[in-house]
Amino acid sequence: MKKRLGVFICHCGVNIAGTVDVKSVAEKIGKIEDVAHSTDYIYMCSDPGQQIIRDAIREKSLDGVVVACCSPSMHENTFRKAVRSQGMNPYLCEIANIREQCSWVHQKEKEEATQKAEEIIQATLEKVRKNDPLEAISVAINRRVLVIGGGIAGITASLDLAEGGYEVILLEREEALGGHMAQLSRTFPDLDPAFSGLHLKALEVEKHPKIHLYCYSELEEVKGYVGNFELILRKKATSVNEKKCTGCGLCIENCPVEFASVFERGMGMRKAIDTLYPSSVPNKPVIHREHCRFFIDGSCHRCEEVCPEKAIDFKQEDERILEKVGAIVVATGYELYPKEKLGEYGYGEISDVIDGIAFERMISPNGPTKGKIIRPSDGKVPKEMVFIQCVASRDPDRYMPYCSRICCMYTAKHATIYKEQVPDGQPYIFYMDVRSDCKGYEEFLQKTIEEKGLLYLRGRVSKVFQDDGRVRVLGVDTLTGKMVEVAADMVVLATAMIPSDGVKDLAAKLRATVDRHGFLTEAHIKLYPVESSTKGIYLAGCGQSPKDISDTVSQASATASKIQALLSTDKLLQDPLIAFVDEGICSGCGICVEICPYEAREMEPHRGISVVHSALCQGCGACIASCPNNACELRNASANQVIRMLDTFI
Amino acid sequence: MKIELTRQKVHNEFTKKVELISGQNLFACYQCGNCTAGCPVSFAMDVGPHEVIRYTLLGLEEEALGVNTFWLCASCLQCTSRCPKGIDIARVMDALRMVVLRKKERRDHIQIPEFPEGFLERLPQIAFISGFRKFLS
Repeated sequence: MKKRLGVFICHCGVNIAGTVDVKSVAEKIGKIEDVAHSTDYIYMCSDPGQQIIRDAIREKSLDGVVVACCSPSMHENTFRKAVRSQGMNPYLCEIANIREQCSWVHQKEKEEATQKAEEIIQATLEKVRKNDPLEAISVAINRRVLVIGGGIAGITASLDLAEGGYEVILLEREEALGGHMAQLSRTFPDLDPAFSGLHLKALEVEKHPKIHLYCYSELEEVKGYVGNFELILRKKATSVNEKKCTGCGLCIENCPVEFASVFERGMGMRKAIDTLYPSSVPNKPVIHREHCRFFIDGSCHRCEEVCPEKAIDFKQEDERILEKVGAIVVATGYELYPKEKLGEYGYGEISDVIDGIAFERMISPNGPTKGKIIRPSDGKVPKEMVFIQCVASRDPDRYMPYCSRICCMYTAKHATIYKEQVPDGQPYIFYMDVRSDCKGYEEFLQKTIEEKGLLYLRGRVSKVFQDDGRVRVLGVDTLTGKMVEVAADMVVLATAMIPSDGVKDLAAKLRATVDRHGFLTEAHIKLYPVESSTKGIYLAGCGQSPKDISDTVSQASATASKIQALLSTDKLLQDPLIAFVDEGICSGCGICVEICPYEAREMEPHRGISVVHSALCQGCGACIASCPNNACELRNASANQVIRMLDTFI
Repeated sequence: MKIELTRQKVHNEFTKKVELISGQNLFACYQCGNCTAGCPVSFAMDVGPHEVIRYTLLGLEEEALGVNTFWLCASCLQCTSRCPKGIDIARVMDALRMVVLRKKERRDHIQIPEFPEGFLERLPQIAFISGFRKFLS
């Protein structure tokens, strides 16, 4: 029986109609035998536009629809919903893309574009003629969430989700929560202390009945798919029984071993048994076995001796924990560009050249200098203070091409705090552009420049070298065109933000993708900014791209609300446009199992054939192309359909 | 040319004097150049007003005072009305003239006794004042 098809051609304002003669296309298509209705309209996606489609389906009893408009990634969903409202199966509605693939690219060839639009519509009609009505696949979901990373992004997402009533597993690889925010002194643009606000949130996480906090722990393995992830977590041995430990700190006081603290950026020392930072959350110490004398040669038991609770447990072993969740948030954060790779500006060689986080520790009241700004080399107060921005950022030839986004504002904050503490000192800030694009930032910047007398010098620094106990900085002030030189006492480099260590491996485990710099990629930069390209994996914070605390918190909350929407039902509906196997043809060679990037193909041993895991299949088609027997096909994109579509073009 | 910046040189006594006379904070200038862009005489100036402000802020007295910019300034106040940071640039130009005048080093200014008799009386007051403010060079 012949179908009764409807074709709806959109003008998209002048986007399509300015190039394609939509009226003549509608007329010609209308003459095709099984096309019962063919029309055009200025904006099909608008409500009156959709009404035209709904009315036609009802009045002409259509049983297939082609909307010729923009890319299906824009409005396929819109039109499928519209046809469904009239009782039509949504998978009998297809999009013919005549904007991105026709009118936009052929603006100067109007006649040919019109003909091409016609052919695209005819090809899509061929597809619709053979489309099957399909139903979405329903999958049960686990309503718990894994959050990877206990910085401000992970903390925010966890709290939001837990407050929404969802159980959260929060994973942090360091000994305590806080991430880089725990290292900061004050935050721009209000100069609020960073630690107190963070500490409150961290305590809330620790006490929340819905949040299971695993510090000093890592994700070892992930299996499964959106709604049903199976995890293996590794909780590293802390050698301290956390149930017995009261956090009294006697062990720390008595530990004889000290080593340079990474948290203090190498400027302070920590003990072999220690917390990450004072009053950390959780406030339980961890024994660092590579530094502890008990573990090196068994020569010291000091902590065990002094502990009043007998909480020291040298025999503790790593624990493997199995968990199940429905969604995963990746909030892995950032690092600053490493010293070893910079090889410029004396970084790593001259002790009075430090980076932004080291300066943060210096101006933090709980830092290695108790908040005093002093030269690391001799402890003197620096009077000539140079700040260099865009170090390894915005440098596509040698380092990172992107803007690290936080440096402009934190440098202004650093210079302000410096000037408050050393009123007779002079800060010089070398910059290329000052980017102050969020609420209150520009005002903060201008106010501090005027009030504190911060001297901004526009130009890159060419060289930094040690000279007679000072750090000589050669640069230029492009505003006067003059070369400038400062014999500085100290230099702070605003080095580029890079993704934190190990993100690539983690992304591989999660089957999420990273860009060439290692930042996790989002599904769509504008429309799906917190979803990764893998379903069920969500992003928050600097692991996705450099951002400041305000943006990180906003993104983490956005992620949490997206997940709450995902988990708000018991069943998850999946797109049915996936692969299926003709069991009579499949020879069980297993090529598809190896080729599938989503682990959606599996051998069924007793029948000797390969099957499709419908919840995992993303419909990419790799198995179809690789099958030597043509045993698998994609739903509604069968070989038969594709050949018929191609025929219309030839 | 290379200059060495120190905290004594940058924003030095000269800068502070200009700021005191003009009542303006030169750190407020973010070098957008709108003053120079709108100045009706900038075409004839050695450097634009924004550059003079930059030299002054950096404490480069010779560079700031060695140009004809503030002598050509007609005090039309275009720059002042255009400045997005609210800096009264015409006042800064005025202050620069004052700094030169107060040095009393130059002797090439107009000699008042040599004016023809009755000339001063015939001058409009505004011309008289601006003439005196700018009667060097």
